[in-house]
Amino acid sequence: MDSKKAAELRKRAWEIRYTGLKMVKNARSGHIGGAFSLSEIMSVLYFDKMNVRTDDPQWEDRDRLVLSKGHATVALYPTLALRGFFPLEWLDTFRKADGQLSGHAEMRHVPGVDMSTGSLGQGLSAAVGMALAGKCRDKDHFTYAIVGDGEIQEGQIWEALMFAAARRLDNLIVILDNNKVQLDGTVREVLDTGDLKAKFQAFGFHTLEIDGHSVEEIAAAIDEARAYKGKPHAIIANTIKGKGVSFMEGRCQWHGKTPNDEQFALAFKELEEKCEV
Amino acid sequence: MGEKIATRHAYGEALAEVGAENHDIVVLDADVSTCTMSCMFGEKFPDRFFNVGIAEANMVGIAAGLATCGFSPFVNTFAMFMAGRTFDQIRNSIAYPGLNVKIVGTHAGLTVGEDGATHQCLEDMALMRSIPGMTVICPADGNETREAVRAIVRHNGPTYLRLGRMATETVTAIPGYKFEIGKSVEMRKGSDVTIIATGIMVAMALKAAAELEKEGISARVLNFHTIKPIDREAVIRAAKETGAIVTAEEHNILGGLGGAVSEVVTECLPVPVVKVGTRDTFGRSGNADDLLEIYGLTPETIAQSTRAAMKAKKV
Repeated sequence: MDSKKAAELRKRAWEIRYTGLKMVKNARSGHIGGAFSLSEIMSVLYFDKMNVRTDDPQWEDRDRLVLSKGHATVALYPTLALRGFFPLEWLDTFRKADGQLSGHAEMRHVPGVDMSTGSLGQGLSAAVGMALAGKCRDKDHFTYAIVGDGEIQEGQIWEALMFAAARRLDNLIVILDNNKVQLDGTVREVLDTGDLKAKFQAFGFHTLEIDGHSVEEIAAAIDEARAYKGKPHAIIANTIKGKGVSFMEGRCQWHGKTPNDEQFALAFKELEEKCEV
Repeated sequence: MGEKIATRHAYGEALAEVGAENHDIVVLDADVSTCTMSCMFGEKFPDRFFNVGIAEANMVGIAAGLATCGFSPFVNTFAMFMAGRTFDQIRNSIAYPGLNVKIVGTHAGLTVGEDGATHQCLEDMALMRSIPGMTVICPADGNETREAVRAIVRHNGPTYLRLGRMATETVTAIPGYKFEIGKSVEMRKGSDVTIIATGIMVAMALKAAAELEKEGISARVLNFHTIKPIDREAVIRAAKETGAIVTAEEHNILGGLGGAVSEVVTECLPVPVVKVGTRDTFGRSGNADDLLEIYGLTPETIAQSTRAAMKAKKV
């Protein structure tokens, strides 16, 4: 990746955060922490790697993305809007009864959303189904699944991983948002998930571990995954929950809490500075 | 009465048939395909058959993903694990996005027999019926099952199909029989009282009606193969014309057929509704016929309940 492209993707990531925060401010509700950990990943996927058509969101041969951690709409919806799937003004309707952007990812009313998610643990299975569909129909599209590091405490995740490996779904790329914090505390405190790389490898995945805030590393990992045949892929993206707002970083309180006006002002200020970089 | 065949067997045959005509049909099972009989499809179309192992939740999610790509998946396991274990997956990954997945729960009800309470699902219709947009079908016999399979393939939307383990006598192979989702079948005319039955209870309702005829009671028998959408028109007509209703199901009397019929009656035309089914209890191990006797799922109980409903009628 050339440095110009990298700079553009970094800028997009900050724009996604800034737009997401505006969305939460307007809605007075939304999950910031686990969206901000994902911004660079979303930027690289939608502004570089994914083959999608904004004028034909249901295009059969598109790459697909399932946001299995469906609460991270504060990352997904701004990304889709900035990419051009729907007007930015729609973001003002986020979480509102008369709008069409529900709190958790929803495919029926939001162009560009490939699967409705929200009940944790379920999205990965749907992504596996999409990858399987691709194999059945001899298509060469890829399916990306973004899974939370708290979410993998759900047993269904491991059912899905087993199946994907057994069926050699090398068109499936699982990205683990390893932000190390869940709703009640750190993952280590709540339920330590242990050696993630060893677990994914043991489950038959081609496994990579990267800095999930480095657009270069994200892009390189996706390229490497796409080129590697015979196994499904797991990219463990080490991230920081609430990345970009100093008082939110790494703190479980900011999983789903809405900032007060003063905190919003501080957060916007920090993000504005970074957007300009 | 015609051939005796388990609805799951008729289902397996029908699924293999429709699979030959419709290449979008894919079938998933969770390690019980030789019991749900989805194996009959698997043998014919191995490329469109996926055994996911003992992982029902994942099976439902995979089906959802396949459906988003234009396939028409059928997911299969025992009713207990289908409707019970994966309720959240069915609700959120299939029904909420309105995906075209057919959910098949076999070995429903007490007639699982010896395997006992953990495998005897008496709550699946209540669970599935409560999900917005879900169609719920419980065929009376093999013949109706074959018709139901063809109908649900034509129907675009989430559908739950409830099937049984035991061989069941054929009662629907009658002149003029037609299967239409949401439309009940009048199995016997009657003017004093109406027995509304589903699944294996339809055959028992017919026996009860024949018995009641000897006492001079004219009992209408309606086969409600569709629990949702419920045939409101037939319920209202029964209430209006016969003034009393008995429901019969191999299911808890809470939330299933009896519940659905009562909801219509209380809203539109209150008449007594007496329910035959398990009375808010778990099953137990035992021979299927013995269990039906113990839990009061017999023609005799239906006849008794019918007499009671007649007594409760407003004069």
